[in-house]
Formats: sequence, C-alpha cells, structure tokens
Amino acid sequence: MLRYLAIRLLSGAGILVAICFVTFAIFFWLSPDPAVAVCGKTCTAARIEEIRHALGLGQPFLTQFWDFLRGIFAGRTYGSGADLVHCPAPCLGYSFQTSQNVWEMITQRLPVSATIAIGAALLWVLAGIVLGVISGVRENSWWDRGSLLLTLGGASIPSFVLALALQYLLVVVLQVLPFPQGVSFTADPQLWFESYLMPWVVLATGYAALYARLTRANVIDTLQENFMRTARAKGLGPVLILRRHALRPALTPITTIFGMDFAWLLGGALIVETVFGMNGLGLMTEQAIQKNDQPVIMAVTLLAAFFVVIGNLVVDILYTYLDPRVRIAAR
Amino acid sequence: MTTVTGTQAGPLPATQAPAGTGRRVLRGLAHDKGAVASVTILILFILMAAGAPLLTKVTGWGPDTLNPNAINPNLGGEPLGHLGGISLAHPFGVEPDSGRDILARIAYGARVSFLIAFSATILTTTLGVVFGMLAGFFHGWVDQVISRLMDFLMAFPALIFMIAILSALPSGNRPLLLVIVLSVFGWPYLGRVIRGQALSLTERDFVAAARVSGGKTRHLVFREILPNLLSTVVVMASLSVPGFVGAEAGLSFLGVGVTPPTSSWGQMISSSLQWYSTDPLYFAIPGAFLFLTVLTLTVFGDRLRHALDAGEAA
Repeated sequence: MLRYLAIRLLSGAGILVAICFVTFAIFFWLSPDPAVAVCGKTCTAARIEEIRHALGLGQPFLTQFWDFLRGIFAGRTYGSGADLVHCPAPCLGYSFQTSQNVWEMITQRLPVSATIAIGAALLWVLAGIVLGVISGVRENSWWDRGSLLLTLGGASIPSFVLALALQYLLVVVLQVLPFPQGVSFTADPQLWFESYLMPWVVLATGYAALYARLTRANVIDTLQENFMRTARAKGLGPVLILRRHALRPALTPITTIFGMDFAWLLGGALIVETVFGMNGLGLMTEQAIQKNDQPVIMAVTLLAAFFVVIGNLVVDILYTYLDPRVRIAAR
Repeated sequence: MTTVTGTQAGPLPATQAPAGTGRRVLRGLAHDKGAVASVTILILFILMAAGAPLLTKVTGWGPDTLNPNAINPNLGGEPLGHLGGISLAHPFGVEPDSGRDILARIAYGARVSFLIAFSATILTTTLGVVFGMLAGFFHGWVDQVISRLMDFLMAFPALIFMIAILSALPSGNRPLLLVIVLSVFGWPYLGRVIRGQALSLTERDFVAAARVSGGKTRHLVFREILPNLLSTVVVMASLSVPGFVGAEAGLSFLGVGVTPPTSSWGQMISSSLQWYSTDPLYFAIPGAFLFLTVLTLTVFGDRLRHALDAGEAA
C-alpha cells in the first residue's frame, strides 16, 4: 500500500512538472513579447530593454524555466539595484495588466469559485443519483422515459445558453431572483443563496444528466447479478435490497468519475462566471485572455493541472477502500 | 467536453461484424423514429451550411453586410421593429448595432461549426485508431510509450490548457488551430478503448490461425483485427461529434476560438451578452441552433449504437 502510494505521488509530481514545462515552453516560443505587454502604451525601446532585463527575459530558456519553478517553491526577486521587488513563495509572477501579485489575485477570488464548484457538485451528485436510481429500478416506466428525456436535454444544452436563458427568464422577465453577485454567506445568507442558485444549477445540469445515465446503467446491471437473486430469494424487501446490496456496487464507479469531474470544474466555472459576471477565478482568466496577460493564464493552467492531479490521487486512494478487489491488487 | 465521450462509451463488446451487418443496421435505423427525426434535422442544417453562399444571394444579405436602416441609432443600435427586427427581409432579425442579417450569420456559423467538428472527429479517430492499434498489437515498449502518453494527455486540464494555448498562439488559421488542439487532447479516449480491444483480439484464435498460416503483419492488422473494431470506432466517432460542436462553441464564446470576421454561433452568443435583456432573440436563435445540433447529433449517435448492438446480436 505504501509503495503504491509512493508511486502514485511521484507520478503525480512528474505530471505537474511536465505540464509546467509544456505550458512555459508554449508561452516562451509562441506568444508575443511580454516586455512590450508590461510596458504599455507609452513605451520606449530603452524601457523595454530595462523590463526585459528586470524580468530576466534575456536568459536562455532553461534558465528562465528553472527560475520560474524555483519561484513557486522558494520565492524570487525581480530587478536589480535600487528597485528590487521580492515575490514570496509561492511566486507565480505579477500580472502584466494590474501589476498585482498573481498568487494574491488567485487567493482573493478562490472563495467565489469554490462556492460555485462545491454547491454545483453537491447538486449534480444528488440529482444525478436520485434520477438514475429511480429510472434504473423502474426501467422502461414513465418515470424512466421522463428522466431519459430530461437527461438528454440536460446533456445537450451548452452551459452558456442555459445560463443566459435562465438569467433572462428568472431575473429580467419574472424578477424572482436578483442579478448574481459575489456576496459572502455571513453578510446576507438569503442574497448569497439567491445569487449562487443559478450558477449552481447551470454548472450542475450537464454533469447531473451524465451521472443519471451512468447510475441508471449501473443499477440495471447490478440488479441482474446473481447475488441480487439470492437476496430476493431470501425474502428481503425491495428497499432493503436496494440499500444494502445494490447501491454500493452500482455507485462505486461513480466515485472515480466524480473525482475527475470535480477536478475539471475550473473550466466549467470559467464559462459560468463569465456569463453571470461573478468575480471568481473564471472571470479573472477570461479577462486575462482578452488582455493576453500571460502570468495569470499560466498560473490558472497550473492550478487547474494541480487540481486534476490531486483529484486523480484522491480517487485512487479512495477506491482502494471502496472496492476490495483494487485494495488487494495494489498491495 | 472530451470527458463526456470518454466516460459514456464504456467497454463495447468486441464482436465480429459480418458482411450483412451494414444493411441490417441501416434498416434498424430507418424504423427508429428518434433516429429518423434527428437525421432529418441534421440534413436540413447541413444543407443550410453547404448552401450558405446561395442563401445569402437569394435573400440579398451577406453575413457581413451592414444594414443601418434596420436599427435604431437613437436607442443605442437596437433593431427596429418587434422581436429583434424579424421581417420578410430578415427572417431571424438583425444583429443589434450593426444590422447584419442573423440568418446569414447562422448559416455561415453552421459551416464553421460542422467543418471543425467533422474535421476534428476524423483526425481524432485516425490518431486514436492508429496509436491504439499500435499499442495493442505490438505490446512491449511501444505499448508502454503510447499508454504513458495517453495517461499524460488525459491528466491535462484540457479546457484550461486549450484556452492557454489558443490565447498564446498568434492569430493565423483559427479553425485549423482549433481542429488540431481539439484532436490532440481528444484521441486518447478512443485510443485507450481501441488498445484494450486490440490487445484482447490479438490473443483470439482466428488471429493466431491467420498468423500461423503465414499472414503478414499488414494482413493481420487490416484484415483480421480492424474489421472487428469497426463498430466501436463508428459509435465512438459519432458520439464525439456533438462534443466537438459544443467545445468549438464554448471556446469561441470565450474569445479564443473562431475570431471575427468569421462568424460562429459561440461568438454570436458571446456578443449577445450585452443585449440579452432588450433583444433576447439575439441569443435565443443561435442558442437554439446550437442546442438542436448537439441534441440531434447525440440522439443519432445513441440510436446508431443501439442499431449496431442489435445488428450484431441478430
């Protein structure tokens, strides 16, 4: 088990460094000169040279990459002589646009994105599993057909279309909800709930549809297993069979996908936050894209990769507890 | 987007596809109401995309023709008339501010959407089949290298990474860039399934029989193994098309996909953000086209899988 864990941790770290390297390389070779971006509109050739020197842009590629990597763990110092700027670890650089510390920008906006992501995840797991179990147990009933139609629509509607439609209907026409805003729970619980309701629903819809389908298929498969027949033959009631025997094998595979999907959420949050104008990581990234603010885009890419790697790791470890067969294989 | 195709397509049975299967599958689809309805809508959309230049010639409004007479400059460029300026000349209304014809932009947007989705599907399928077969057929270090590469690509936060790459790349041929980026991150999902099936097929008796009777590698791969993977490939490819349509729209919506002057549905919805409260049809029309396209493509892929399963069981 320990050996397995060590291998998984090492490969996770390896993937992170590789993603770091690829991202850095892409920005190094493909994108426009960052010194010009930093300099802004009133700019002279001498000033560009100065910035290039301060950011260490004249250095060879590998030296720059090493400085960047070291900055994340140990912090780094920009510039020379009188105007030294120290950037404490974890240092992801400074935004070209606002000159803010990128790490601080991220930590400021993380609560909004985390609230959207966690709420949506709870919603989709709940809705998806409930819908899936109902239609799996009552296969080919009207419940099943209705939920199939619902999941098909839910899986097909692009999140930004759903977001705009909901906002138009509920906020502009019916006026039952306020325009979403990044208010904190402690400041105004009701406004908080009303603000986050639409982002949660929009982000959860596609996933809920997918989970409902998967749960349905798993439940139908499990109900046909021999041990289910044994349970029925013993005279157990349908509810007890479902609770004690069917749900665990049917839902274990869902855990794997959930870990992955949760880790991927940053991408979905990007679109939802853009439509609803909520100031989280997604909106920050969107603005960085518009202005070609490289340090911010890079930091977000790395953060997203970090979540994916961690998500994979957690799922693998969790799985060894949920599924005894994997536990034995890992030993 | 690509995760969806990856997780939906579970292990498909590696069954043999005899010669009559194709006709049987087609007959099954023709009796399937859902399949017929979705194919009809898709054909209409594809005709609209293909005939876009003809369409604009008939109506007289190209995708970039400004019509200052259709908008009200005193109301900030709001379209004149009800429902976003719907009239005989402009059946879907006009774009606020510029007065461009929405029908023309929808038709040209469909071209981009289908072109990118189908090209990405072809490229993804080719890469997935080639690398999956290589890994599954040759085992050993070839398998190791390809499998690690697939693991690595699937561990990437693909959407964020695509955004990063596309925003860093200089503007060139955007549709081509999109196809390449979507395919690079898309092929491992098919590749992994193909590898697994090829791995088990190479152990089967009929392949061993072909091998001992002197079959060359090329014969084994193309004549013995590939035909058995055909239905898996067809199903996974058709189910990946709606994912690519959605991905292209999403990336264009975020401003890193297809850029102006090329018109695309995602881009139209993105520019409707500032108008949605006064001119809701400006986002509803491209939104409905996008939704219907993804929906019908998904239904078609799903029904095709059913028909193939049934055709093989028969």
